[in-house]
Amino acid sequence: MNAKQAARLLPKTRFGGPIPWVIAILIALVVIAASGGLALRNLADNARADLSDAVTVQIIEANPQTRSERAQAAASALASQPIVTSLRIVPEDELVSLLEPWLGASAGSQDVPIPALIDVELASAASASEIAGLQAALDRAVPGTKVDAQSTWLRPVYDALAALQWLALALITLVAIATAGAVWLAARSAFANHRETVEIIHLLGGTDAQVTRVFQRSVGLEATFGALLGVAIGTAAVWLLGQQFAALDSGMVGGATLALEDWLIIAAIPIAGIVLAMLTARVTISLALRAML
Amino acid sequence: MTERASEIVKFDNVGLRYGADQEVLSDLSFTLFPGSFYFLTGASGAGKTSLLKLLYLAQRPSRGGIRMFGRDMITLPRGDLPDFRRRLGVVFQDFRLVAHLSAFDNVALPLRLAGTDEARVLKAVKDMLNWVNLSDRAEARPEQLSGGEQQRVAIARAVIARPQLLIADEPTGNVDPEMALKLLRLFEALNNRVGTTVVVATHDVQLIQNVPEPLIMRLNKGRLSDPTGALRYPPARSRPTTRAQSPDRNPFPRESGE
Repeated sequence: MNAKQAARLLPKTRFGGPIPWVIAILIALVVIAASGGLALRNLADNARADLSDAVTVQIIEANPQTRSERAQAAASALASQPIVTSLRIVPEDELVSLLEPWLGASAGSQDVPIPALIDVELASAASASEIAGLQAALDRAVPGTKVDAQSTWLRPVYDALAALQWLALALITLVAIATAGAVWLAARSAFANHRETVEIIHLLGGTDAQVTRVFQRSVGLEATFGALLGVAIGTAAVWLLGQQFAALDSGMVGGATLALEDWLIIAAIPIAGIVLAMLTARVTISLALRAML
Repeated sequence: MTERASEIVKFDNVGLRYGADQEVLSDLSFTLFPGSFYFLTGASGAGKTSLLKLLYLAQRPSRGGIRMFGRDMITLPRGDLPDFRRRLGVVFQDFRLVAHLSAFDNVALPLRLAGTDEARVLKAVKDMLNWVNLSDRAEARPEQLSGGEQQRVAIARAVIARPQLLIADEPTGNVDPEMALKLLRLFEALNNRVGTTVVVATHDVQLIQNVPEPLIMRLNKGRLSDPTGALRYPPARSRPTTRAQSPDRNPFPRESGE
């Protein structure tokens, strides 16, 4: 029995049932959740790459002359450390411009002591012991300095991003379970509606495999329609959200983009949805058939 | 003494009950032989349809043993049932046509399920519909057919794959006497020329009277009687010959020696 003849064993539903529409909604949700998760991962990776191999050294000293001398001494001490690849004493006018949004015009006043800052690039992401080693070297040369690993500042942000990624993954898992559940219910309902036809096919010598293929093909067609619709809706929503975030013009949010491999993963979502629906239909119908003689 | 023919069906002390109800069939022990033609009679409610369900493998018995085609049907795995069902042709009392398929596709179904080449399917179905006078109704769905036409489609579907055992439940109940006789001749041709064993359950006394010395199985309250003594040993004359021969072309020509 060829595929065309097998398809005719069940009446055409013409997408009249709930399956295509349920799958469209669920696939759209998965596309949005997966895109969000992937964008957050990229954002975290970009921030981590920028910050994990750098530290900032603070020299707190009220006297500008002494502060400058201590900064130079600290820079010399740092330059001798093998882990340090480059360093830069942040010019005072740059610090003033950074503080102006918070302190106003008084940021440049000599009455407001501003610590000297040294940006230090490291050969690799520094471990806690390496940071402690730097601090010890500085304490010997210039007591009272403070080493801040920049990645430490953003650890809560990384943790929040990681939590959001796990949330996206959990959402995708829940939606996959919901998809399988919806297909299971629909397949059982379709089987019940066509039980008479299935019995006739069985009595005429049809095998379980032939019957299962008919239902699986039917669900596959409906799932394909729903998945394509869902991925179109989901992608449109992701694109719109991307436009909104791009308008924020924020440096950090700018890292939340999707690369080619991310789009390939998103393109695989409808395929995974179709495969999941067909497998669920196959298992559901096989179990239902086992209850028949 | 002639050698005993191998059985095609053997019931051994078979009983059938639905749920916890009383048995609808009790202590059935009989043998059907290849190439024989049997009538199954009995009053309504005697258990004819239940017995036929056992024969066409839609039901397992509550007790006893059933062998068909040399295999034990009680222990036969589900997965092996299709192979045995393809050796059967069944005319259901309520026809059981697939509602959304045309008459042509309904008749073609057993061949297509068996994977028969489509060119052979087309020719066989065309010939069969022609034999049952439904060539011009080939594309009609069951709901567009009269009761008699549906019955003829059901019969065509049952015989098209040249089954080894044909089981017909009231196959002439909705057709006129002339068509009933023609259908009986169809069964006879299948029996004579293909060697199909035929079991026809019927109330139609006139139909049975068209066959000289018919072999009759009679059910009464779920128990079988054997008024013609043909069930336990191969009957001396197992194939019927209808009194009125038809000049119509037979859909089951002999393979050779015609």
